Amino acid sequence: MSPDDLLYTKEHEWLRIAGDGGTVGITDHAQKELGDIVYVELPKAGTKFDSGETFGSVESVKAVSELYIPVSAEIIEVNDDLGSAPEKINEDPYGAGWMIRIRLLNKNETADLMSAEEYDEYTSEEKE
Amino acid sequence: MSKPERTSTHFSMNESLLFEEGSPGRCAFDLPQLDVPRKEMSELMDPELLRSEIPGMPELSEVDVIRHFTRLSSWNYHIDLGLYPLGSCTMKYNPKINERMARLEGFALAHPYLPGEMIQGALEVQKTLENCLAQISGMDAVTLQPAAGAHGELTGILMVRAYHQSRGNPRKKILIPDSAHGTNPASAAIAGYVVESVPSNNRGTIDSGELRKLVNDDVAAIMITNPNTLGIFESEIAGIAESVHAHGALVYMDGANLNAMMGITRPGDFGIDVLHINLHKTFTTPHGGGGPGSGPVAVKKVLEPFLPYPVIQSNANGSYSFNYDRPHSIGKVKAYNGQFGMHVRALCYILANGAEGLKEVSEVAVLNANYIRSKLKDAYALAYDSPSLHEVVFSDRLQARKDVHVWDIAKRLMDYGFHPPTVSFPLIVPGAIMIEPTETESKQELDAFIEAMLAIEKEAEQNPELVKSAPHTTRVGRIDEAAAARKPVLRWRAGG
Repeated sequence: MSPDDLLYTKEHEWLRIAGDGGTVGITDHAQKELGDIVYVELPKAGTKFDSGETFGSVESVKAVSELYIPVSAEIIEVNDDLGSAPEKINEDPYGAGWMIRIRLLNKNETADLMSAEEYDEYTSEEKE
Repeated sequence: MSKPERTSTHFSMNESLLFEEGSPGRCAFDLPQLDVPRKEMSELMDPELLRSEIPGMPELSEVDVIRHFTRLSSWNYHIDLGLYPLGSCTMKYNPKINERMARLEGFALAHPYLPGEMIQGALEVQKTLENCLAQISGMDAVTLQPAAGAHGELTGILMVRAYHQSRGNPRKKILIPDSAHGTNPASAAIAGYVVESVPSNNRGTIDSGELRKLVNDDVAAIMITNPNTLGIFESEIAGIAESVHAHGALVYMDGANLNAMMGITRPGDFGIDVLHINLHKTFTTPHGGGGPGSGPVAVKKVLEPFLPYPVIQSNANGSYSFNYDRPHSIGKVKAYNGQFGMHVRALCYILANGAEGLKEVSEVAVLNANYIRSKLKDAYALAYDSPSLHEVVFSDRLQARKDVHVWDIAKRLMDYGFHPPTVSFPLIVPGAIMIEPTETESKQELDAFIEAMLAIEKEAEQNPELVKSAPHTTRVGRIDEAAAARKPVLRWRAGG
């Protein structure tokens, strides 16, 4: 069961909302599918993205995948620790493996995201 | 299984680095006596920049170096040693007659700056190869310049851009199916286009309904691989080309899989405007480090004015010359009109086979892939039921139930003495195992490979740990790929 205090995208990012701000990472399901992550490319603080745009990429021993921003946002902070320790994404995807902190530019967009229950159902369907 | 120990210096299962060998004073060369006055280096350049010693530099004799590299070369897996079933790569045998022809003095020693009139034979080789490739692909004109497949893609898309530009608008987008090689979107992006992905349907081919929704007047071209990277023929290709053309867009074909269709069908006959051809795949020139590669691009008449210059011209008197007077050309994309040695090899292969021979090549390539498919389809899950052409894609779905994955199967194959097939590609198949035997393999070699795959399937069922910890018989066991990528050791340092 995915943490129920988060919102989820179909591309397997999670969003934790606190006031006007939020934190974004990839889900446990995503890190398992990717396998050992070896490199993460993240944007600079201050960059703005529209909902669904690519904000970076994550590279595992198997493949490179793009990261999609769940909502329109400005980047406030980037998890620099991932540069030297990308394995944190595998070890603790919802904690130390967070990727970016954002300021939400349009809070209404969160309505398009999935709850934990919906996300778990979505990933179990995707498997079949 | 334990690793064989080093039993003597003449039977070593390991080889030191050159930096760890040698002895002070050993030397591999002896220069003749100077017949001019000797000058000190410090007189010739700033002494500050000179160093007296290079730490850790090994001193070696000629025989030390020769034996080191000869031993290492015997560790290689290569096409002269056995089956090399990398899907999408067409690792066919490279006939030795090609090498002999490429080494003829007139070809091998011709200086690249010789004027056209002194290299008529070389120009005839290139022009003849252009004509052969045009005939095989059903296109109107060919450039031999691009140095590899992806270089050919970029050249082709730059011509597409020049074509649209000449009509007033370069357009914005290139459509690419989700099963494509990663080089396709990379080439389109480098040529300044936005890439839009076209989904595949449940038969593993392009969803033509979705495609029709995506194509509009912003689309410059679609890039299609046919047969696609699943080894499946895009049976709706003519209709797809028609709907793309209806919007004024062009159709690019990645010719990576041309080995499946020579003499059977031609891209030029099913609506393709431009394609690249990998001489190092279909036409038996060596791959990779044994290369270089070569990726000629063939075009229809509408794109001919944009070909890279110079183009080789056949003159009325039977001579050949370079024509640089090409005002609409995208320019030169490679020095010296491409990898000439590869052009000699490819032409040699084409002429040795002839039209009938090349058709048989494709027929046997398809037969071999389908032989493997029929023998393995009960042991490994087929990714798609659609008929296979020259390659077949399985998934590790059945083995994954025992937590044995595609990379475990690939590594275990090395214990059976085979180079693994392509794995984890195409990306739309989870746990993909992509096998392309090519036509140059005998039934005996295919049977040995099939036996190995079937044995691994049994092991995965009965003793999954054996497969998951493979390889066991290689000089180096399973490496920690994540650690190697996260903390790479990129250079040797004296004293470790």
